[in-house]
Amino acid sequence: MTATATSARSDLSELGRSETALRTFLHGLPGVDQVGAEQRAAQLGTRSIKTTAKAQAIDLAIRMVDLTTLEGADTPGKVRALAAKALRPDPADPSCPHVGAVCVYPAMVPHVAEVLAGSGVHLASVATAFPSGQAPLEVKLADTRAAVAAGADEIDMVINRGAFLAGRYSEVYDEIVATKSACGDAHLKVILETGELATYDNVRRASWLAMLAGGDFIKTSTGKVPVAATLPVTLVMLEAVRDFRAATGRQVGVKPAGGIKTTKDAIKYLVMVNETVGADWLDPDWFRFGASSLLNDLLMQRTKLTTGVYSGPDYFTLD
Amino acid sequence: MNFEYAPAPESRSVVDLKPSYGLFVDGKFVDPTDGGSFKSVNPASEEVLAEVAEAGSQDVDRAVHAARKAYEKVWGPMPGRDRAKYLFRIARIIQERSRELAVLESLDNGKPIKESRDVDLPLVAAHFFYYAGWADKLPHAGFGPDPQPLGVAAQVIPWNFPLLMLAWKIAPALAAGNTVVLKPAETTPLTALLFAEICQQADLPAGVVNIVTGAGDTGRALVEHPGVDKVAFTGSTEVGRAIARSVAGTRKKLTLELGGKAANIVFDDAPVDQAVEGIVNGIFFNQGHVCCAGSRLLVQESVAEQVLESLKRRMARLRVGDPLDKNTDIGAINSAAQLARIRELSDAGSAEGAERWSPPCELPERGFWFAPTIFTGVTQAHRIAREEIFGPVLSVLTFRTPAEAVEKANNTPYGLSAGIWTDKGSRILWLADRLRAGVVWANTFNKFDPTSPFGGYKESGYGREGGRHGLEGYLNV
Repeated sequence: MTATATSARSDLSELGRSETALRTFLHGLPGVDQVGAEQRAAQLGTRSIKTTAKAQAIDLAIRMVDLTTLEGADTPGKVRALAAKALRPDPADPSCPHVGAVCVYPAMVPHVAEVLAGSGVHLASVATAFPSGQAPLEVKLADTRAAVAAGADEIDMVINRGAFLAGRYSEVYDEIVATKSACGDAHLKVILETGELATYDNVRRASWLAMLAGGDFIKTSTGKVPVAATLPVTLVMLEAVRDFRAATGRQVGVKPAGGIKTTKDAIKYLVMVNETVGADWLDPDWFRFGASSLLNDLLMQRTKLTTGVYSGPDYFTLD
Repeated sequence: MNFEYAPAPESRSVVDLKPSYGLFVDGKFVDPTDGGSFKSVNPASEEVLAEVAEAGSQDVDRAVHAARKAYEKVWGPMPGRDRAKYLFRIARIIQERSRELAVLESLDNGKPIKESRDVDLPLVAAHFFYYAGWADKLPHAGFGPDPQPLGVAAQVIPWNFPLLMLAWKIAPALAAGNTVVLKPAETTPLTALLFAEICQQADLPAGVVNIVTGAGDTGRALVEHPGVDKVAFTGSTEVGRAIARSVAGTRKKLTLELGGKAANIVFDDAPVDQAVEGIVNGIFFNQGHVCCAGSRLLVQESVAEQVLESLKRRMARLRVGDPLDKNTDIGAINSAAQLARIRELSDAGSAEGAERWSPPCELPERGFWFAPTIFTGVTQAHRIAREEIFGPVLSVLTFRTPAEAVEKANNTPYGLSAGIWTDKGSRILWLADRLRAGVVWANTFNKFDPTSPFGGYKESGYGREGGRHGLEGYLNV
């Protein structure tokens, strides 16, 4: 780090103290040209990943999956089955790696924790009145503490989009800081809900806001609104974590979530990570996929690569 | 984790290369009168692809006569709606055979397959579709109630976009009712010859399109032929001047699309990540073998350091190598002669004190290659800031105010294109009004569309190609 970066570091830590400073900083970030960002994302999507590179990408993608169920109908039985799948995604092939984490509602955390204990698979829980975040702060913090106490080591919080869109950046910032402190040792993923932020400029600002406030990961979406993760949104977020590390020295992870269903999609994201932020982020500690059906497609493609033939969907577990 | 992309080569088997090709005259492939020939090589491997006939002045004469006969007997009198049918048919065949054409273009030219596949070929088909639509609507093009064609067009095209330049030339000429004799560049004749096969496949009447292959002498014989009514040339300013001299005082109508030294202007409020993509696309697209390439980066001094740092990081990601690999970003330099010119000018850049930088990249041993290169600390006085390099070499200059940006951008004998990067719409309009360039791109670069006219100011040539304007050069107006 150069002297400039060091002084930038101390400057940035002061930003959260003043609404004006925060606003000036966020609005001073370089804009995002929508056409250009979408074009770049589309270009990266044309990379041709075959044979050994594909095998490498599939195993990495499996290790990056946050295997997720977030339904009102979730039961202890359902989430235990999901956790079992997280540990052994392909029972027929012991060389298949386990996934990155299981992601459930706070009430389901204890049931998952029993299954995952000591496995190396992380246990993530959505908290802070997911998905809308429209609850009093105290309720959101209590939600977070409860999830951590029950065994979650990763918390996926939602930002207050209402406050963000109204320009009350300090309020959003303070909530993230408070949630981070309620997390204790648990990692904090900050969900920006990019589908509701609508513009790439907003996505970039929200990304910086979340990082400045101490988020360990920035995540695109809850999966509960019509527009979830897209390649251009993820590109803008990757650029943000890259620039944030250059300015502060701290690395922040990225998690696109929602709508990523096929191996082909997942590989496009990995190519984008590779060519935007590089090898440092090609690791489950720094990049995750929030997904459920993606895993089975990855497993099918993996089996196809190793055996040369496609197996029917009945050969893969539906959990 | 390091993510290495495995080789992903496009198959060559779609291309059926013949060992030798004749001239395409009067609807048939014929041998040249004096039997001369030359070889077209793959610049990525120096492998000989095919032997191609060299047209002498007698052959050119034969081709011009065939074109004249077709113009008078068939194509000129044919109603526009019928000419349109042929052009639509050609456009569809190009789409159907686009993979074959793209692979052949990459083999003969050295450009990456992702560009020939995703840029060249879609634009080629689009040009034929677009001008096919005009063929029966010429009275509505704004050139009078009944505009007439000129007759026989002599067309000489360069090697950087062989098939696309052919489309730019042939599609409007045919739509307007002219017949053509076209000479492709001597290093890239093969897709034009495959296009000749497509003309046969489309049952295009004999003599409407004639392709004569050869080098400078063939081109000179063609443009100086007295039976020619129109000359269209795309290439270097030096050759363009010679053509203008030879055509002066004749009845021949002339359009020239020549060199360029475009300024790509980045302001301090630009969307940096997209501007960097635009800089890369502006100069490294097609190995910089682009007349409208953004070869001079003018960056506002207050953000120069940041922009250059991002640019270097991005350049380190460029994949240089096998043009047929689907993941290649930068292919081979088209010829040994062009490589020598790029080297000469780059060496002059270093010798004159500019600072040279290239990302670490391994170049193949055989073939013609040049690593993507930028020069910083360049001033208007450097040769690399004034002369067209026509290669993957970017000269970086800085400016302080918008007025200085305009002054530097216009301070060149060329005026083909320019780029502006800023988030401020009013500044784009202010600047575009003042830039003496035929094409000004705002927050993008190297965007082409058949509906949009393209052409230069000053020594970048005259006349427009593309759009309604592109018809003018082929009509008697």
